[in-house]
Amino acid sequence: METDDKENTAKGANTYAEGDVHDLMKLYYARLFPARSMMKWLSYGNDGKHPQADAGFTQRREFCFTLDGDIFCRYQSFKDEKELRAALKDKTPSKIDLGPVFNVDPAKRMAYGAGGAGGDRVFAPVEREFVMDIDMTDYDDVRSCCSSANICNKCWPLMTIAVKIIDRALREDFGFKHLLWVYSGRRGIHVWVCDKRARSMSNEARAAVAEYFSVYKGTDASGTVKRVSLTTPLHPSLKRAYDDVLAPYWTDTILPNQGLLEDEKFFEPILAMIPDANIRDEFASQWKSGKKFATSACPDESVARWNKLVQKVDAANNPGKSGKQSSFEMKFAHAYPRLDVEVSKHMNHLLKAPFCVHPKTGRVCVPMDPAKAESFDPMTVPTVAQMLNELDAAGGAAGAEDEYELTSMKGAVDTFNATFWDALDKECKEELAVKARDVAGAPTVEW
Amino acid sequence: MYAHAPSKEVALEEFELYALERMRVLKAIDDGLSRGKKPAEMELLITKEDKLLTRGSLHLEDEETRKDEVSHFALRLAYCRTEELRRWFLAQECALFRHRFRQLRGAQQAAFLQHNGLDYHPIDAKEFERVRADLHNTLNGMMRKDDANAALANGASGFYAVPFEEVSDLVRGRRVFMSGGKAYVPQDQLASLVVGAFRSRLSKALVVASRRWAQHVAGEEKERLAPVVLSLSKRYLGRDYGKAGGANGEGGGDVVTLKDLNGAAAKSFPLCAKNLFNMVKKEHHLRHEGRRQLQLYLKGIGLSLEEAMLFWKTEFCKKIPAEKFEKEYAYAVRHAYGKEGKRVDYTPHTCMKCISANPGPGEHHGCPYKTFGEESLRAALGGLQITGRQVNEIVDKAKGKHYQIACGMTFEAVHGGKSIEQGVQHPNQWFQESRKALGFGGKDENDAPTPGGEPVTPGTATARPARPSVPASA
Repeated sequence: METDDKENTAKGANTYAEGDVHDLMKLYYARLFPARSMMKWLSYGNDGKHPQADAGFTQRREFCFTLDGDIFCRYQSFKDEKELRAALKDKTPSKIDLGPVFNVDPAKRMAYGAGGAGGDRVFAPVEREFVMDIDMTDYDDVRSCCSSANICNKCWPLMTIAVKIIDRALREDFGFKHLLWVYSGRRGIHVWVCDKRARSMSNEARAAVAEYFSVYKGTDASGTVKRVSLTTPLHPSLKRAYDDVLAPYWTDTILPNQGLLEDEKFFEPILAMIPDANIRDEFASQWKSGKKFATSACPDESVARWNKLVQKVDAANNPGKSGKQSSFEMKFAHAYPRLDVEVSKHMNHLLKAPFCVHPKTGRVCVPMDPAKAESFDPMTVPTVAQMLNELDAAGGAAGAEDEYELTSMKGAVDTFNATFWDALDKECKEELAVKARDVAGAPTVEW
Repeated sequence: MYAHAPSKEVALEEFELYALERMRVLKAIDDGLSRGKKPAEMELLITKEDKLLTRGSLHLEDEETRKDEVSHFALRLAYCRTEELRRWFLAQECALFRHRFRQLRGAQQAAFLQHNGLDYHPIDAKEFERVRADLHNTLNGMMRKDDANAALANGASGFYAVPFEEVSDLVRGRRVFMSGGKAYVPQDQLASLVVGAFRSRLSKALVVASRRWAQHVAGEEKERLAPVVLSLSKRYLGRDYGKAGGANGEGGGDVVTLKDLNGAAAKSFPLCAKNLFNMVKKEHHLRHEGRRQLQLYLKGIGLSLEEAMLFWKTEFCKKIPAEKFEKEYAYAVRHAYGKEGKRVDYTPHTCMKCISANPGPGEHHGCPYKTFGEESLRAALGGLQITGRQVNEIVDKAKGKHYQIACGMTFEAVHGGKSIEQGVQHPNQWFQESRKALGFGGKDENDAPTPGGEPVTPGTATARPARPSVPASA
């Protein structure tokens, strides 16, 4: 990422340089930030003049601003786009988080007695999108290319796998329709599940959905053997994930990209998952000796080694665990999505809002199209500086309405609408219409 | 599902009478469970008891419904006030409810589900065919082949489609097939599901009741309802082990003094107390929760404040200076005896309380049958001169989460076959039963009203000095 940033600045012709993102934030919020789209979404149809709209709804949503120097301003709330814009202009937060919708305006919570210790707790969250957070740092033990906050095109496919698997399961298994996928601006991905049903889930149900996706259980006491929770036969949801995503990605992408079987640090833990000690030792010594397995039919060394290994493992029949089962386990342990479940479990957890700018990278948290997850490239996500330059180049007049359309932000907002908001907007409107009909018909309808 | 309280007038006498009758049923359930009765035996027992209260079903006639509801709501009021009471009440009510739900026939079950707004539907044949392979794979991943096939053999009528939020436990472990937001639950799990719904509704209602009680009712009803309710809620323990040597604290009870403490610990302490006691002796220190549990236990077996202070001081001061003990620990000892702070004479922890504790690393409180790993439990039991076979049985029970039964088996093993008839419910009860079995103290007239027996009649409750710990009067 660093090199990429430098390239941008090296062009020289641009007014705005990468680097000090914070200095650019004022301009970003004033000219590019799509506050309208965001507030439109967060109002879920309650922003109009419709008689059945809940006019106070948007105002009860918590925003949290992080100001320069890690100062958190929690419990901000805004009635509409205008108020949000004014506050952004005034405070220029380096980060915006979204919290739940409370039963009362969070900014006025003190008036409802929430401040009193042990008092009657009338201030409480009532609804919140179900969110998931997948973070590349959780994959450090299976990445040979980068570690911690760094990402590259070699490890990014791990995220692609996560998007594909989770998107499909949320839609098919859980019946959710309105999923907003967002690149977090640095090393991960968020999904906001915005169906009415998802928004009103209890914390218990949230935890259950998050755990439904939890397969990798960390390592055992020795710290080397990875544990996964799989059944035989596989649960239908995992089976689908395996057939459609995991198995092809494993040999086509993960093994060649990461060279997992060529580096002792990575192949030792993989071998440790095989129950048969003879097979373990045989391959460990062959691989350590540097013997080449690649052939013209299978030019990649890791893939060639894998094919050889799996042949042996699948044929072996160990008491209690079939060979097939351990080859499943190895793939699931290395490539099945790893969630940060804590983020999902509580209604009350804050999560960075879409369209924020990551303070370290300067990249915008742009929406992604899950149907085209494989073509999403985090390295080409626009940065603030880049977009401000685009704006200058296009000669946009400061303050003009929707001038973001002259920049890459247009693409981001288009994705937001096309993959997510248009359908949800329609549903919100229908819901209001139904409500209106119910109210109109109420006195005569027998319940 | 007891969504609404009966709105008609209820005489105070009737209120109390019904409540006591229901209490006897719940009590019998609790005793049955803690004595380790098998499910089939429990069914019989509940049927018998429930007959006395109603005619033992959810399908009740008017008068019975009223009685059932009045008694339920009366006890709900009585058992809402503390976490421990709520937990007890919830557990017994759920057992009763499960029993009654099982007695219903298919159509009655469906009617009950619909009446209570539970969105569970049997699936139709077409849907079954669509998901058959997935159900097969899910079931086979979870259970033995025969069981899975048996469940599938029921066809469409063997499965209910349920909103996944209602079965979060199954969803969490991927133990159910999911499609379109619905979880496909085999019929034999339907009862657990409905009980789950019942439990969560009742649990919420109890918390609400508790708040209301503290805020309004306790004050307004001080003269009328409050005494009845308070005396009702005190009955479940059967005995107040807070007083040395028994409920009345006078006469023949066996009072332990400092000099026989070591001997008593070796012979008559249940594992939880023995473990804490040994830890103090060994490490000359205990973390807060552990100190608390042991302090109250020792108070319960009759150690006086002066002697308790001496005991703690002697042990702790092998490691720390006396001033530090006076500054940091003496207060808590006096506090446990009700001589500091709110001046509440705290009662020793019950088994339920010990079991619900979650000691962290370096902490020794809680119930050893739950907190110890298999190895350490074996080691601890090995020190008690129990045969290997008995140790195996006890460890098995503990592994099956029947901690109180495991504890009762230990009692039998170390007391030559004598058992605690009503089941282990309290560490101090264990101690007293042990003393009795070993022939200490002798006269035990205090023990006359065994918890399993007839409930105390309304009048006698007031004879016992009311504990000053009643939060409602605050």
